[in-house]
Amino acid sequence: MTSIITAVLVLSALSGILTLLLLIAEFFFANYGECTIDVNKGEKSFKVEGGANLLMTLASQKLFLPSGCGGRGSCGTCKCRVLEGAGPLLPTEMPYLSDEEKTSNVRLSCQVKVRNDIRIEVPEELLSIKEFETVIESITDFTHDIKGLRFKLPEGTTIRFKAGQFANLFSRPYDDVKEETSRAYSISSAPSDNKALELVIRYVPNGMVTTYVFNHLKAGDKARLIGPFGEFFLRDSDREIICIAGGSGLAPIRSIILDMIDRGISNRKATFFFGAVSQRDLYYVDEFKAIEKAHPWFRFVPALSKDDSDHPYENGLITDVVARNYDSMNELEAYLCGSPGMIGACCKVLISKGMPEDRIYFDKFS
Amino acid sequence: MDIQTVHPFVIFFAAITTNNILLTNFLGMCSFLAVSKDLKSSLGLGAAVIFVSTCTAPINWLVYHKLLVPYELEYLQYIAFIIVIAAFTQIIEMVIERVSTLLYLTLGIFLPLITVNCAILGCALFLVIRQYTFMQSIAYGMGAGTGWALAIAALAGIRSRMEKKSKVIPELEGAGIALVITGIIAMAFIGFSGIVRIN
Repeated sequence: MTSIITAVLVLSALSGILTLLLLIAEFFFANYGECTIDVNKGEKSFKVEGGANLLMTLASQKLFLPSGCGGRGSCGTCKCRVLEGAGPLLPTEMPYLSDEEKTSNVRLSCQVKVRNDIRIEVPEELLSIKEFETVIESITDFTHDIKGLRFKLPEGTTIRFKAGQFANLFSRPYDDVKEETSRAYSISSAPSDNKALELVIRYVPNGMVTTYVFNHLKAGDKARLIGPFGEFFLRDSDREIICIAGGSGLAPIRSIILDMIDRGISNRKATFFFGAVSQRDLYYVDEFKAIEKAHPWFRFVPALSKDDSDHPYENGLITDVVARNYDSMNELEAYLCGSPGMIGACCKVLISKGMPEDRIYFDKFS
Repeated sequence: MDIQTVHPFVIFFAAITTNNILLTNFLGMCSFLAVSKDLKSSLGLGAAVIFVSTCTAPINWLVYHKLLVPYELEYLQYIAFIIVIAAFTQIIEMVIERVSTLLYLTLGIFLPLITVNCAILGCALFLVIRQYTFMQSIAYGMGAGTGWALAIAALAGIRSRMEKKSKVIPELEGAGIALVITGIIAMAFIGFSGIVRIN
């Protein structure tokens, strides 16, 4: 018994002394004081405690650079341009940088230590990804299984996103679900409406977050969102566009069309094909009809695949409706949002009509 | 011959030649293979190993003889040596980084690699097994480090020359051919055996 206690004591004493020495050394040698990190030429600036690597320091300020290996210098994904204050290029970074990157001051942020004031440049999108503690302003029943939620951002906060991007909504623990979970939903509001966010959510049977939204959330509740994310947004060109969506896929298309109106883009014709099964699955029809009336460049074409009743809309599968509306699509650009099945079928039709594959942009639900 | 009567200078040379820690014990192979592609970084790593083994050998000698032996805790030597080496390299890295950027770039960045280098731990364990005195342990630490550095410099020199002049079959490229070369160097070092015995 005594021998065990002696062993523990001796080892603890040894570790204690070494830790003390490390702390003293850290205090005298690794104390770099307060450093300023300037991001994108003054767009953001943090005062941080020097001594840690750039990747971790930025993460502590909620600026997340992508990183696969967690800062061990073995994946090379945490690159960013360091304009000033990084010191010389380290041999540990060399294997991950091309000659072009070396000359343009690209560095591995996990290998760069913050020792003094640093000026860096990161892609604009990374700066706008934020976490929002929102309050639900309203919940609207659009159809029997689709709801529209409007989230009010905290006072004084705004969000910057490109029309078509999505945000992640977190559910809080409920019933048997003990953990917070998040799912991605497309933003349906316009970027100009930047003090709030609207999401369109379709009920997924047994879906963890949709069940929470449909059965537990009500107006006035708090909800956590992170975003914006995604590469689905309107590309700059003069081409006529064709948008195809099904179900809650309408959300990003609505955002794109509202954004086009806000930005005064009237030189591009836009046609929105919205596929639904029957009349009870249609929503936002009045709004799109009104837009159609006010803006001659926009056309709204709802199509019902299984509705025998008397209605003013197109009949048939959305792919057939699209096909019969165009002879050639050589000069068009397409934006699709919906289920993988729908997107796959639409791509086939578009390509068969002559649309180049690299001009078809889509947001596939998975 | 009683080992403790051997002059530290002899131990130093023996540690480089007849008892080269890399070429006779094959310790510290991972960084040996990884960093031996070019001469410059291998010399940096070699210098770092010399420095760390020279410093940690006497510290570990003290820890063992003045702390573990009196309390009959010799069985804790592995843990004790590892934390001493880890803490020491950390402290040295901090100091070097602060004092000289040039030294940090040539030597300092290799220190984290050495923290987990088995040659350094092996060196501390041999001190105990071979019952060196304090002065002998300093000489052995320095010799073991120098021997390791010599071996990696030799391999790096050969590898960088081979890269330009020799054709290696694809299956053996990289670590494969490096191991073959190491084997040949190790055999060449057998030529030293018989000069002196320190174990």
